[in-house]
Amino acid sequence: MRTPRAWIAAAAAVATVTLSGIGVTNAATLEDVRAAGTLKCGINTGLPGFAYTDDRGTWTGFDVAYCQALAAAVLGDPTKVRYVNVSAANRFTALASGEIDVLSRNTTWTFQRDNELGFTFAGVSYYDGQGFLIRRSLRVASAKELNGASVCIQRGTTTELNLADYFRANNLRYEPVPIADNEEARVAYVAGRCDVYTADASALAATKSALQNPNDHMILPEVISKEPLGPLVRQGDERWSDIARWTLNVLLAAEEYGVTQANVRDMARAATPNPEVNRMLGSEGSLGAMLGLAPNWAVNVIAAVGNYGEMFERYLGARTPLGLPRGLNALYKNGGVLYPLPMR
Amino acid sequence: MSTFHRTTAEMVTPRPPPPLSRGVIGWLRANLFSSWFNAAMTLLAVYLLWLLVPGILRWGLLDADFAGTTRFDCQSAGACWAWVDQRIYQFLYGFYPPEQAWRVNLALTLLIPALLPVLFDRMPGARWARWFSLAYPFVAAFLLVGGYGLAEVPTDRFGGFMLNVAVGLAGILLSLPFGILLALGRRSQLPLVRLLSTAFIETFRGIPLVTFMFAAALLLPIFLPPRFNLDLIMRVIILVTMYASAYIAEVVRGGLQSLPRGQYEAAQALGLGYWRAMRLVILPQALKVSIPGIVNTFIALFKDTTLVIVIGLFDILNIGTSMIANPNWLGLGTEVYAFISIFFFVICFAMSRYSLHLERRLDVGR
Repeated sequence: MRTPRAWIAAAAAVATVTLSGIGVTNAATLEDVRAAGTLKCGINTGLPGFAYTDDRGTWTGFDVAYCQALAAAVLGDPTKVRYVNVSAANRFTALASGEIDVLSRNTTWTFQRDNELGFTFAGVSYYDGQGFLIRRSLRVASAKELNGASVCIQRGTTTELNLADYFRANNLRYEPVPIADNEEARVAYVAGRCDVYTADASALAATKSALQNPNDHMILPEVISKEPLGPLVRQGDERWSDIARWTLNVLLAAEEYGVTQANVRDMARAATPNPEVNRMLGSEGSLGAMLGLAPNWAVNVIAAVGNYGEMFERYLGARTPLGLPRGLNALYKNGGVLYPLPMR
Repeated sequence: MSTFHRTTAEMVTPRPPPPLSRGVIGWLRANLFSSWFNAAMTLLAVYLLWLLVPGILRWGLLDADFAGTTRFDCQSAGACWAWVDQRIYQFLYGFYPPEQAWRVNLALTLLIPALLPVLFDRMPGARWARWFSLAYPFVAAFLLVGGYGLAEVPTDRFGGFMLNVAVGLAGILLSLPFGILLALGRRSQLPLVRLLSTAFIETFRGIPLVTFMFAAALLLPIFLPPRFNLDLIMRVIILVTMYASAYIAEVVRGGLQSLPRGQYEAAQALGLGYWRAMRLVILPQALKVSIPGIVNTFIALFKDTTLVIVIGLFDILNIGTSMIANPNWLGLGTEVYAFISIFFFVICFAMSRYSLHLERRLDVGR
């Protein structure tokens, strides 16, 4: 549908291509993104709170906001993003082949993905973990009391293995009820086909909020696995992975220093008493230039999506239907594990 | 030895059939209770309907909510249809810019004048109108994608039911000629043509479509150079076309084989060359016999367009997924999937009725 020239190029490419190794390492992602004028960002096809469409058909959510932040840092405009929706199956190929510049799709940072698949994680944007959803009427207060329970669980996921490990370690019996996705899990749980539904805590919150009387159900306190989710880029382009990492860090640091979407322009205009803020916002030093970005790159990021706390509250927090608590995803000062790196 | 003949002078007046075999009771007896087995099946069916229909009606209509801006406005026990009003545009057009939606509508409307001369050959001026039919795929592609004065719409904005229809229609329009050529190729006297056609058909029939979809989305980008990007929807259309062509080819081959040898010999005896014999004598008869199979393949192809969700395209099914991920519309899977089923049913049912009409008109049953 594009041009006939594309066809000739396709034929030529197929004819001449020699398999010089799977996976394209392109060392100049920043230049490519600038030249294209848009950031190609891989996101989920639909995950409550993280990536979904609003009623006007625009993509929104926690993972989507990171794409916007990165576009604001690099191009100065958070709307210059081309969203490429990737499935769990094709996300890594899409990144390796250059179809996307960054993958922001609730991907767990694991050893194998970081090393064998050849990617670099920019950090952790959300600490998730596997939990249990159960009816209050069953009067269970802890996962250790789940002996003999029937458990709804998604087939072929790490959650299945985690569950088996946890129950064996605690010497408990359970009866698995295999289901295919979140929506099927909700139906099975409502129909009473299982006593407990286990999945990542953020997915459980979404399921719980879609139940008829959410307050008749509860999420047990135990979290039985670690799921650090974060954005990732191709390995081998240090400049680009640095930009991805420090953009995420700006979001965290902004929360620590009280820089918000509303006050960032004012704080950037005049030097503040805090030199760290001045360096971050570009009124002091030259941090932007060290990344090859404009001096006000961090201002653009915060003006586009707010700081981490604002992002969390907008898409996941207590005022949203998901109502997720900050929990681990609070700053270290507030009992969480988010520890912004120094902007210096 | 004598035989008796009983004769009467006047005609016997016809009497109505006995009351138990006419009217409602007669129809019931003949159609629903003709044997003890049929009677049992009828009672079972009535029982199942009684179980299902009131529940579905109560859920879908009587107890349902129709107005609201989030799922929290749906307070009754039944279905929540409030989203239809908010989201219908996306379900129909995906992410196509609303101010450009007229182009989709126009492309779809132009399909009618493009199809009419093909479907009804006795239409006045059909000879000239067929040129438009030939040009239609290009006209439609131009309208949808733009360029040359029209605002360009990147194909990743395509979505919703429009994407299903675009991929399905492109597949249907392109696979019929390719399928016919493949069928002729498989029966050709030339060994190389026969071998290639057979290999193509057997490859595409022997591997599931999803596998090809994954290959188109995952393998092609690895083989092609990084800056070169063949449009994803284009890849899917090519794939679906090749896939459907293989099936059409086998359906048409069935039609070709059903013709008696005499037809081929008669065409040769008249001095017709290969192509003219095929066009004037063989194919009109073979295609007529193949209509049910061809329409069957088309319906299957149209429903298979939903498989594009595995490679992250936003057809109507995936638009539904992205909607029920919105915290304001969580948990409405049942409603969304019921709604989408209605769309597919309407289109597929219309196709099957048209094929019945075509069979009757061409008198295939004989």
